[in-house]
Amino acid sequence: MSAPKTLYDKIWDAHVVSEDEDGTSLLYIDRHLVHEVTSPQAFEGLRIAGRKVRAPEKTIAVPDHNVPTTLDRAKGIENEESRIQVDALDKNAKDFGVNYYPVSDVRQGIVHIVGPEQGWTLPGMTVVCGDSHTATHGAFGALAHGIGTSEVEHVLATQTLIQSKSKNMKVEITGKLRPGVTAKDITLSVIGATGTAGGTGHVIEYCGEAIRDLSMEGRMTVCNMAIEGGARAGLIAPDEKTFEYVKGRAHAPKGAQWEAALHWWKQLYTDEGAHFDKVVTIKAEEIEPVVTWGTSPEDVLPISGSVPAPEDFKGGKVEAAKRALDYMGLEAGTKLTDIKIDVVFIGSCTNGRIEDLRAAAEVVKGRKLADGVRAMVVPGSGLVRAQAEEEGLDKIFLDAGFEWRMAGCSMCLAMNPDQLAEGERCASTSNRNFEGRQGYKGRTHLMSPAMAAAAAVTGHLTDVRKLMELEDA
Amino acid sequence: MEKFEKVTGIAAPMPLVNIDTDMIIPKGFLKTIKRTGLGVHAFDEMRYDRQGNENPDFVLNKPQYREAQILIAGDNFGCGSSREHAPWALADFGIKVIVSTSFADIFYNNSFKNGMLPIVLPQEQVDMLMKDAEKGSNARMTVDLENQEITTSEGETIKFDVDAFKKHCLLEGLDDIGLTLEKAAAIDTFEMQMHQARPWV
Repeated sequence: MSAPKTLYDKIWDAHVVSEDEDGTSLLYIDRHLVHEVTSPQAFEGLRIAGRKVRAPEKTIAVPDHNVPTTLDRAKGIENEESRIQVDALDKNAKDFGVNYYPVSDVRQGIVHIVGPEQGWTLPGMTVVCGDSHTATHGAFGALAHGIGTSEVEHVLATQTLIQSKSKNMKVEITGKLRPGVTAKDITLSVIGATGTAGGTGHVIEYCGEAIRDLSMEGRMTVCNMAIEGGARAGLIAPDEKTFEYVKGRAHAPKGAQWEAALHWWKQLYTDEGAHFDKVVTIKAEEIEPVVTWGTSPEDVLPISGSVPAPEDFKGGKVEAAKRALDYMGLEAGTKLTDIKIDVVFIGSCTNGRIEDLRAAAEVVKGRKLADGVRAMVVPGSGLVRAQAEEEGLDKIFLDAGFEWRMAGCSMCLAMNPDQLAEGERCASTSNRNFEGRQGYKGRTHLMSPAMAAAAAVTGHLTDVRKLMELEDA
Repeated sequence: MEKFEKVTGIAAPMPLVNIDTDMIIPKGFLKTIKRTGLGVHAFDEMRYDRQGNENPDFVLNKPQYREAQILIAGDNFGCGSSREHAPWALADFGIKVIVSTSFADIFYNNSFKNGMLPIVLPQEQVDMLMKDAEKGSNARMTVDLENQEITTSEGETIKFDVDAFKKHCLLEGLDDIGLTLEKAAAIDTFEMQMHQARPWV
């Protein structure tokens, strides 16, 4: 009998093409997602070498980082460098015959939202993309991670990657979340507990009752930020919820193949007694709605807290905290709920799915945007946008004074015109609060869609549960 | 990568020492989405004036050297910034071999990755090749990587050293991708087996 295996071990073993004596393996890649920023040189490399894309049917290209999200975007992209990158993807997708969703296609959106939505992402697969948030797809029990441009070229040419195996890490969230606490609060709390290097060298498997209870959208949010915890990838074992989500999607298996797939997918779990190199356990009941106060995703505090002082930290973190407070324009001891905001961004591959928009709309409904606040909702895909409009969510946002945008990465990383002005403070549902991330000298506080919505209608960071109580009263 | 064939061509003399990567490709050209198309900007500031007109004194602008495939260069070629745009620009221009008494380490390695052969020779041999190159387009040299020798237009031969593995990769046209493609049969087999086991993928 073979030794008990983790979910990661099982997916890895199913994809090893060959293994060298030193453990370096050639790993087969089932799905290769491509966007316009990290792929042009890779396609160009193929051209120079006279190579083809080995498996164009397993390659999916979507422009997302540079695309405008304004309603008039059919007019084209103003910024020349952005336009050139998107045009290059158009041409490369045509020339090399890969699956392509151009800006004009209603299915276009953020590549990590389009993949699952179209059924390209399936349990047990290896999925890569020249983008660190490829970790998102781990929600399906797929081994998914970001790669660099030379590796993009390697996958395009060979449908494989040269890889060494990571260690196994288990993050268990026991018990049940309290009302008003969401997947985003879980993933931020985990990074707060382990630090941004806590998962380095590991693949994390998230498990426990609170993870099982999450919808597929919530699971994608959790896995999306595995990279912010330093992990190579995040995984959640597939279950009935996963199969239900996948079933009937455009590129999901059908008929007899569906049955065969289901049979294999049901074996994708960690065996009893399998070894984990690192284990972290968090009680769901102890997780509060959280926000970030600094410039690293690990700078996390419950919304009931106050801005920390540099002396609260040890070692190298003291200097980092000083710098972060200076950059963020915050004073130690300020209550988080006293921090006023200028901009609200609801969207990104972390929180641009239909459930995220529903959660935000629920808070916004019947309320108005606070004075002086600019708020934009950017659906993660054209189909999310269409679904939201069908449910009347767009009307709720528009009535409250929000902007209702077209799909794209938008202000998550500000490669398109959606940017913070210098000094502006943003309540954001995105994944990174690094210096300059959302615009030069812009200030980012990460939080859940419901919390961002609460900030939008009050004008300052707010415990969304307070608004929910008001509603009940 | 293309296989490195025996090169018989024109050699351009560039006796300047410390030709750095900023000179090979100025930083203004790094915003490109491409690795190709940089040849027109190779040695940009030496090659053109501010208005974009060719400087007739620059060696590669002289009629006899416009088709050069070999550079005979001064000491410490490719120093400075690590930018891979430098070998990209030279390769795109059509350069296949660079000879010098020494190269900056990163540039040296980058050259191999882009199908170019950098050759290190003692000063007197570089001087000899420099003289030969100065004869212009009538003096064609041959660089034979297989046998590790350069033959001048006068028929003299000079032996050179090269790392055996790098030589193999250049001769076979192998980069990381090339090396993986050597395992193409294993990938084919894996795909066939996977198609049986998981036909939905």
